[in-house]
Amino acid sequence: MLDALQRLGATALGVAERMGRGHLFLLHVLGGFPALLPRFGMVVKQMYSVGVLSLVIIAVSGLFVGMVLGLQGYNTLVDFGATESLGVMVALSLVRELGPVVAGLLFAGRAGSALTAEIGLMKATEQLSAMEMMAVDPLHRVVAPRFLAGILSMPLLAAIFSALGVVGGYFVAVGLLGVDDGAFWSQMQAKVDLHEDVFNGVIKSVVFGFVVTWIAVFEGYDTVPTSEGVSRATTNTVVHGSLAVLGLDFVLTALMFGK
Amino acid sequence: MSQTDKPTAEPLVRIRDLVYSRGERRIFDGIDIDIQRGKLTAIMGPSGTGKTTLLRLIGGQLRPDSGTVWVDGESVPQLNYRQLYELRKRMGMLFQNGALLTDLNVFDNVAFPLREHTRLNEALIRDLVLMKLQAVGLRGARDLMPSELSGGMARRVALARAIALDPMMIMYDEPFTGQDPISMGVLVTLLRTLTDALGLTSVMVSHDVQESLSIADYVYVISEGRVVEDGTPDTLRASTSPWVQQFLQGLSDGPVPFHFPAADYAEDLLGKTVESSR
Repeated sequence: MLDALQRLGATALGVAERMGRGHLFLLHVLGGFPALLPRFGMVVKQMYSVGVLSLVIIAVSGLFVGMVLGLQGYNTLVDFGATESLGVMVALSLVRELGPVVAGLLFAGRAGSALTAEIGLMKATEQLSAMEMMAVDPLHRVVAPRFLAGILSMPLLAAIFSALGVVGGYFVAVGLLGVDDGAFWSQMQAKVDLHEDVFNGVIKSVVFGFVVTWIAVFEGYDTVPTSEGVSRATTNTVVHGSLAVLGLDFVLTALMFGK
Repeated sequence: MSQTDKPTAEPLVRIRDLVYSRGERRIFDGIDIDIQRGKLTAIMGPSGTGKTTLLRLIGGQLRPDSGTVWVDGESVPQLNYRQLYELRKRMGMLFQNGALLTDLNVFDNVAFPLREHTRLNEALIRDLVLMKLQAVGLRGARDLMPSELSGGMARRVALARAIALDPMMIMYDEPFTGQDPISMGVLVTLLRTLTDALGLTSVMVSHDVQESLSIADYVYVISEGRVVEDGTPDTLRASTSPWVQQFLQGLSDGPVPFHFPAADYAEDLLGKTVESSR
């Protein structure tokens, strides 16, 4: 009994300590952001590996999620004779929820794990240590550009996800199921609000990008420098990153749409 | 430890009464070390005595529990972030595996500190990099990636990178470990010539006895958190300490026993000590 209590306490302390380290780490990395402006090429290079290389999986997933939404939505709406609202349904689901959330989950799996593994291996091979001894702060030189690239890439990826989702929904609805072309688009245009729907979705994707990238670079930097440690850190990134996306999505949705 | 036979000039690195623990384990228990300017000092000891940790304490990557580390008149543990990074620009460190940046080729690796810390134009950087690579004999390998280099070549590239900013001091972490005889010979010669030609202060951490003794000016032997012996290579060879003799000659048994502490062999085999041991 006492043992269990002790273990609980130790675990809680461990979690609190790690959270503290994570926040100090974040402050230090953010301190390196101003120095990135004159050398923005470094960020662009990282946006290529974080963002551009994630495009395929994001684009394909977006297209298929949109197509499934079109099919499922049609089956429900056809009972009410409201199939011309299909465009609204597809667009709202994507822009408000599925775009940021599914893109965030894929981002954690594709880009987050890669970031953790890369930084973790740089630590394990003493590259970060060597930089420190060359008077180059690895948090500013290695972590900061990757972090900023993640924050900038994620909203773009979510937007591409949503856009291709709408296209997928259009193919199924108009091409396959014979929904009226004009109604599909005009209803969507009338009902999807720029501020209420699109901006809130963008805010979500920025938050998810920030948190997932933060978790990814911190797990990489804080990894135990062995092959086992790197593998555990990579797993942690995907698991914690995905849970953070889902949890934060609920909180943000409650704040934005819960009247 | 005798203070009398040491040179009197102000040393570049002065360590006094250094104590450092990792978790429960005490790595250093009050050691005193002086690194003289322009000399090659070797710090030797068995594996796991924290020799690399010592270099990290000098470089300010770790903070001691107590004691002082002075480098070029500055107390390293008390420096703030900016001062520490300024000091490190005047230090180089050669890591055991080179620690080259794997996404850059040889040329860009050597150019890395120059590009980070100077505003030289590319033409000048090119000249400097080629000079440093020439010094380690790898000017022809400038376009190779780190994964294409042998272990010895990687270490020489790392050496070129370490001298890129013309530091006052270089620290070598196990420079000879895992090298074939030829690249070992190359590295031994390089360390000595660079120290002499550039007037560098070199600190070398190693357990390769013969190579270290052949090029070092002064040697410290560390064991179990303390300096057990120090002196020139010749005084060390003449040491009367049985421990030092066992270490220098690589004898399998002596003050450091071959067997890990255990119960009596015969009793252990007969299973009599299962309950009664200790």
